[in-house]
Amino acid sequence: MAVQQIKFYQTGSFVVGNRLLSPEQRAVQADPGRANALTCGHRACQGCGEALGARYVVDTALRAASNKVIAVNATGCLEVFSTPYPETSWQLPWLHSLFGNAAAVATGVAAAQRVKHRDDVRVLAQGGDGGTVDIGFACLSGMFERNDDVLYVCYDNEAYMNTGVQRSGATPPAARTATTQAVGSDPGNLFGQGKNVPLIALAHEIPYVATATVAELRDLEAKVQYAMSLRGARYLHVLVPCPLGWGSDSSETIRLARLAKESGLFPVFEAERGEITGVSKIRRQVPVEEYLQPQRRYAHLFGPSPRPEVVARLQARADRNIERFGLIDDEVDN
Amino acid sequence: MEKPFAITLDVGSSRANKTGAWRTQRPVYTDLLPPCSDACPAGEQVQQWLYHAEEGGYERAWRQIMSDNPFPAIMGRVCYRPCETACNRGRLDEAVGINSVERFLGDEAIRQGWTVPVEAASSGRHVLVVGAGPAGLAAAYHLRLLGHRVTVRDSGSKPGGMMRYGIPVYRLPRDVLDAEIQRIVDMGVTLELGTTVRDAAEAMAADGFDAVFLAVGAHIGQRTYIPAGDSARIMDAVSVLRGMEDEDLPLLGRRVAVYGGGNTALDVARTAKRLGATDPIVVYRRSRERMPAHDFEVAEAIEEGVRMNWLSTVAHADAGTITVERMELDESGYPQPTGEFDELGADALVLAIGQVSDLSVVDGVPGVHVADAVVEVDRTMMTGHQGIFAGGDMVPAERTVTTAVGHGKLAARNIDAWLRHRRYAEPDRAELADYDRLNPWYFSDAPKQHRPRLDAARRASTFDEVVSGLDESTALFEARRCMSCGNCFECDNCYGVCPDNAIRKLGPGQRYEIDYDYCKGCNLCVAECPAGAISVLPERS
Repeated sequence: MAVQQIKFYQTGSFVVGNRLLSPEQRAVQADPGRANALTCGHRACQGCGEALGARYVVDTALRAASNKVIAVNATGCLEVFSTPYPETSWQLPWLHSLFGNAAAVATGVAAAQRVKHRDDVRVLAQGGDGGTVDIGFACLSGMFERNDDVLYVCYDNEAYMNTGVQRSGATPPAARTATTQAVGSDPGNLFGQGKNVPLIALAHEIPYVATATVAELRDLEAKVQYAMSLRGARYLHVLVPCPLGWGSDSSETIRLARLAKESGLFPVFEAERGEITGVSKIRRQVPVEEYLQPQRRYAHLFGPSPRPEVVARLQARADRNIERFGLIDDEVDN
Repeated sequence: MEKPFAITLDVGSSRANKTGAWRTQRPVYTDLLPPCSDACPAGEQVQQWLYHAEEGGYERAWRQIMSDNPFPAIMGRVCYRPCETACNRGRLDEAVGINSVERFLGDEAIRQGWTVPVEAASSGRHVLVVGAGPAGLAAAYHLRLLGHRVTVRDSGSKPGGMMRYGIPVYRLPRDVLDAEIQRIVDMGVTLELGTTVRDAAEAMAADGFDAVFLAVGAHIGQRTYIPAGDSARIMDAVSVLRGMEDEDLPLLGRRVAVYGGGNTALDVARTAKRLGATDPIVVYRRSRERMPAHDFEVAEAIEEGVRMNWLSTVAHADAGTITVERMELDESGYPQPTGEFDELGADALVLAIGQVSDLSVVDGVPGVHVADAVVEVDRTMMTGHQGIFAGGDMVPAERTVTTAVGHGKLAARNIDAWLRHRRYAEPDRAELADYDRLNPWYFSDAPKQHRPRLDAARRASTFDEVVSGLDESTALFEARRCMSCGNCFECDNCYGVCPDNAIRKLGPGQRYEIDYDYCKGCNLCVAECPAGAISVLPERS
């Protein structure tokens, strides 16, 4: 992993800062002078994982590019809650055009910077899973194919939350959404459908692809920093739990992101030019139930008429990830 | 300003939108009582001094200990560590080695010659302390800090009480004991050794003392009737241990049996081993689980070659041999005789079945009540006689050095209040910081640094200290294993995880502040605080 594990400082490098560490050993988010790219007063729900993830990513990108970053945003929660006319929460140049064209607009912004010989100004495109996996997918694939100099960040909360929790191509199997109700013999979203965009991006053999969660800030910051050190098309996929759509308590956002990774359901890895170069090992493995049970979108799998066979299929998915990405090894780095 | 087409409003920041109005619950920073501090009989603020030690502030850490306990180096050797038993880290991997760190700090203070200044203005009052053991010396220390004149009288030829005459040298080297006592004497405490106070009230009146603190300890070994032949050699544990301070060491013989199951019994058996006994054996009527001695003492004794004869009583003693009867526990856990007997070879039988106090100092003092061979005191440690206080082993309590030190502090603060016609109010105790409040995910796995122990073969023949100290880097590591239960240690987690940037970082040592204009009350900071130092309150409606 890109992150150096600091040991024996009470909390190692698991926490954001820690007074016992020198400032350069602390996360960007520990800095009282951090950019706060997404500032107070935004209208995201209580405990919003996406608001958190976006600030983590953009603050780190700003530091890496000496504050010279232009952000392009797809339509989605992040856009709606941050910019109700005439207010904005963004403290950097920020553009919004359409739901599906963020990657294309970002390509244009990057082209404009090239024409102006401003290679110091970096371009960041961001969107939710709807704007990335479904609606903006063609533009995104084109951006990858042309290797445009853009870091595209997908904040994945696994459904269209802003419009009322409809299924997206990133919604996991068995999850209940407004359009995949928990009824019938296969309740919730179907198995065997949907897209794994990190692996699709990998197949484009672009300079850098990575996944991350809001639970591992150090890892996320390191990936953004590394991505910003590269040129060309880069893709970062961040799991951001959504208390509203997942039916979880607002205080559980980070814990759920952690459990998604620790159960193996969300593999955290990075890759360069089509080759996986690192995975984040599971530190304390948990059965998928521990991740699923606190979420009401999976309530139909438990309770009075439980569906253990569905839970077993989800566990099999986790086990496959563990096997496929090598998420567990004998020497777990604690 | 000219506005673009179809735009009628000026652009503004979302900061105008005070999202704090959404809140139904309010996170607040708290300082809870960590289990270590809760468990300390001397009232040490353990988490607080570990906090200083964590950043290398050893002198600050030591001064924090000294505000409650004048004997860090002694504590680091003889305390039975209720703090470590209570430590929440024990549920994660192993308890923090609090005692090792305390010893490191105590030794560092002796090396560096750190002292505690008396800053209080002189009160003009003079207090007599009877007994120079842990309770008496702790009281003298705290009374000096509060501005009083103090005279300590002790019948022994050297100060320290049971710390000198009861604790073997291999657990507490005398140079350490002397250094910590000397530091108290140097603060201006008058020490009158070889002086026996016969009557507390009379001494108070005759020499013009304004108050008296009695801490005479419990130095008389309890006896029990054991049928014995004329030439049987029966001794009591206190005399044996006290004899170790004399020039002529006690003659125990080659085979020594010790009767009793407390720490004193083990101290005697281990001492006997060092004096040359080949086969010291401890005879105790109940099982190991029910032994009052501490586990590590039992373990160390067994390692050194002390044999344990659990579930047996001494039925008869003769020259060179004792007869023990095997016992078995009944349903309620009491030992019952079985009628089966064994013979053990023993040149001496040492009784270690408890100690009692010599309470002649309060004989005939009006108002003082004695029940079950101990002196009754009220919450302020005062006896029934105005101005005469008592503590340590002579009052009803657990008989440990640390408890005695706690008594000395409590008595000193109450004596001070009484002399000033005030009432001493003990500080309120905060809510206990349970393990369930913590977020253990964030703590790195870090096993405890065990203090190296002397090779068993070597210690069985010498009185060298058995447990040696940690060096600086391991002590620092150990201090940093503290999980800071219920108290902020500035890890920046709350500042990092707030999706609304509603937490302000106030700078080193200043902690954080919540901006309730924007805090939506999601409680992510509460859930992700490693130390459980943020509580949730319902929002005022």
